[in-house]
Amino acid sequence: MTRQTLDQKLAILSDAAKYDASCASSGGTKRNARGGGLGSNTGSGICHSYAPDGRCISLLKILMTNFCIYDCSYCINRVSSNVPRARFSVDEVVKLTIEFYRRNYIEGLFLSSGVIRSPDATMSDMVQIARKLRQEENFKGYIHLKTIPDAAPELIAEAGLLSDRLSINVELPTDAALGTYAPEKNPGQIRRAMADVRQRREASKDRSHTGKRPPKFAPAGQSTQVIIGADASTDATVLGQSTRLYSSYGLRRVYYSAFSPIPDASAKLPLISPPLQREHRLYQADWLLRFYGFDVDEITSVTPDGNLALDIDPKLAWALQHRGLFPLDVNRASRDLLLRVPGFGVRTVSRILTTRRHRHLRYEDITRMGASMKKAGAFVIAGGWTPGSLTDSAHLRARFAPPPEQMSLF
Amino acid sequence: MHRVTVPLIGAADAWRVAARGLLAAGVAPGDVLWNAEGQGGAPDLFAADAAVPVGTGAVIVPRSFIGLASTVVFHTDPQRFARLYALLWRLRGAPHLMSDRADPDLAKLRQMEKAVHRCRHKMRAFVRFREIGAPDAPRRSFAAWFEPTHYTLEMNSGFFRDRFADMDWRIVTPDVTAIYEQGKVRLEPGQAAPQLPEDASEELWLTYFRNIFNPARLKVNAMRSEMPRKYWKNLPEAAAIPGLIADAPARARAMAAAAPTLPPLRAAAAQAGLALHVSAWTDTGEGLEAAIRACTRCPLHCNATQAVCGEGPERAALMVVGEQPGDHEDLAGRPFVGPAGQLFDKVAAEAGLNREAAYVTNAVKHFKHIPRGRRRIHQRPDAGEVDHCKWWLEAEITLAKPTLIVAMGATAALALTGSGARITARRGTVEKGALGHEVLITVHPSYLLRLPDPQARERATTDFRADLSLAARLVPSALAGPSATLR
Repeated sequence: MTRQTLDQKLAILSDAAKYDASCASSGGTKRNARGGGLGSNTGSGICHSYAPDGRCISLLKILMTNFCIYDCSYCINRVSSNVPRARFSVDEVVKLTIEFYRRNYIEGLFLSSGVIRSPDATMSDMVQIARKLRQEENFKGYIHLKTIPDAAPELIAEAGLLSDRLSINVELPTDAALGTYAPEKNPGQIRRAMADVRQRREASKDRSHTGKRPPKFAPAGQSTQVIIGADASTDATVLGQSTRLYSSYGLRRVYYSAFSPIPDASAKLPLISPPLQREHRLYQADWLLRFYGFDVDEITSVTPDGNLALDIDPKLAWALQHRGLFPLDVNRASRDLLLRVPGFGVRTVSRILTTRRHRHLRYEDITRMGASMKKAGAFVIAGGWTPGSLTDSAHLRARFAPPPEQMSLF
Repeated sequence: MHRVTVPLIGAADAWRVAARGLLAAGVAPGDVLWNAEGQGGAPDLFAADAAVPVGTGAVIVPRSFIGLASTVVFHTDPQRFARLYALLWRLRGAPHLMSDRADPDLAKLRQMEKAVHRCRHKMRAFVRFREIGAPDAPRRSFAAWFEPTHYTLEMNSGFFRDRFADMDWRIVTPDVTAIYEQGKVRLEPGQAAPQLPEDASEELWLTYFRNIFNPARLKVNAMRSEMPRKYWKNLPEAAAIPGLIADAPARARAMAAAAPTLPPLRAAAAQAGLALHVSAWTDTGEGLEAAIRACTRCPLHCNATQAVCGEGPERAALMVVGEQPGDHEDLAGRPFVGPAGQLFDKVAAEAGLNREAAYVTNAVKHFKHIPRGRRRIHQRPDAGEVDHCKWWLEAEITLAKPTLIVAMGATAALALTGSGARITARRGTVEKGALGHEVLITVHPSYLLRLPDPQARERATTDFRADLSLAARLVPSALAGPSATLR
């Protein structure tokens, strides 16, 4: 076999990383290169480019290698797949990161890897890349490491000190599905690894008795990814798992990745086009859980089969089922209730609350505050506006759902 | 009529100085003609120009106005200075105006501010440097050409300075040029697009861009809304976009066509059902811990991080049984490490009990809870779960062979004696357990933590301490002290 060029390796190993949903570079410690070195982290992420799949490119997202000893059927890199394989050296990853960063293509590195030789050996190479970037190149940008759940705790400990974010994928919504599609992965081990990261993060926040702060551990938190649509789990199951993960391990984000057909797929998997709309609705529901005070049962109780409606968003679906609460008077309603109005975001609500201290709000005022009155109109009362019988009208749902489509005959 | 010309570089300061002077002199917005340098608004033929007054004294405005003004001055709208001054004029008597999100003047300025912020952000994102320095130069140098929508380079120069500190760089725009050399940024007038040399890293970047894209999930509009076409001509990767879009459907079809068929989804469900039946503990000591960790006898295992086994000497005369692991125990995988466990340790030490000599475990091995927001709320295990888990508790009792078991709380009492009722009445008494062991009933330490009334808590703690010292007296080897630790 001829030696692969850097370009060929990059092609293979970025292609292998494209199924990872996360590319976020927000959060983390604020840093800059004023004292020397290269790079900064402002706390809010920057998307440097967008691919035609609509996803942002913020980080150099690559695999260290796509050789893998595991045989997870949803994964392109499983041992039984026939994809071309490649492996970066530590220096190659460091060089690519630094040169891309200098040209302002990226915010940093998101490094994942297939498992070669052993989980410890793989993790130790990944940690070496992060160490080299931080200590030799004096790199201040963002680093996200995907940890191998079975790796030794000392390696995870060092990874957390070098990087901004750690992630461990739960991969599938239930333990049973993981058992079917990734028999070598142990859901208990994945949970223990996440528990370990949470404990280390908490320990790094406690000051010692002298008042000294220990070094920060994964300051941008930990995240995980669930593949949607590869198994038969419903959205209720998925969201139930997310809630549990948020509360158990203090996760910053749960990413939902619509299972997309992979070349040379295992016979176990559905090869339909990826359920992108479902993925979108899950993100919306996840948002409602984290920022709008919704309970997971509230969101899933309005879905008869446990799956979110695809034609309308979950907040609207909830509001349509609870019309008794509406219309709300924007000049009186509480923050909690205003947050439940479809078309009102967290920002709109806080603007309404500050402004109404000074004066009575009219319909035009609310449109100027960035609310989508096309949606909210049926659910609120404001100066010069009342929805009348619209709130209770039988065809209200039809106003929001996309028009029916003619099915193809062929 | 006053005419003010605001320069392009340093616009924020220049506008502030002029506005302060005009405001102090009481010049109404209608009497000022604001011009942007190089943006030549039509001269007003009928205006007789008066000198711009110099400000005396401080002008007090809300802090949020300063932030707004120093952003909006970089907007390209020729009316920006006049609009700001008009709002400043109105603010004199009504400082609360800044928090009125629905005021039309302010709303317009906020909209302009948002546009400038977006432009600033897009510049941070889409500037692309190419290396221009000689390979043997002591410092590497880079240059970029960028066409922003608004005049945002000045606002961004600090950002680029803080980020690319160890190299020289310049960013050229049609209006302003920023040059960073010897640790300092200087701003110069804009230039035409420079000829930049080819850069080998750009090829690698294109390779990355082509391959990180998943052809099975084409969402062109999502891409365009975040990366509008106006930026494309200066983005090296944008040249690849039309080709990627055109080839995507064929590539996605090829991926699907190359794949074998799928088995029915119900097969997975059937297999999942099997897992629930697998669990068996044969009564030798080997592997008890591993067996408990692998337990799936009841559904609690799905939600907990891990099963928490008992801890202590292999043979222990005293065994202490709690309810179930809590949040901390679940994460750490060890019993009695959370707040209740720490309280137990403290009271046990006061009661003269040697905790190291006791085998400490829980009636239920998995943490039962419900998620609420960012926290997990503890839930009491039900009789069925206690019953399932008794298997493991009894295995632990068989191995440790204690002479006395302390049951803390209702769940432990239920598991050991078959009844969890009336704990406060039963506490301090020794009962016969289901396996024939002596069981001393007491309260759970978390009960003490939850008592809101300090006096009641004090009383209950005293009782709890008395129960533990009774246990220590009943099992002499569990007494703390030099003789007791010699095992």
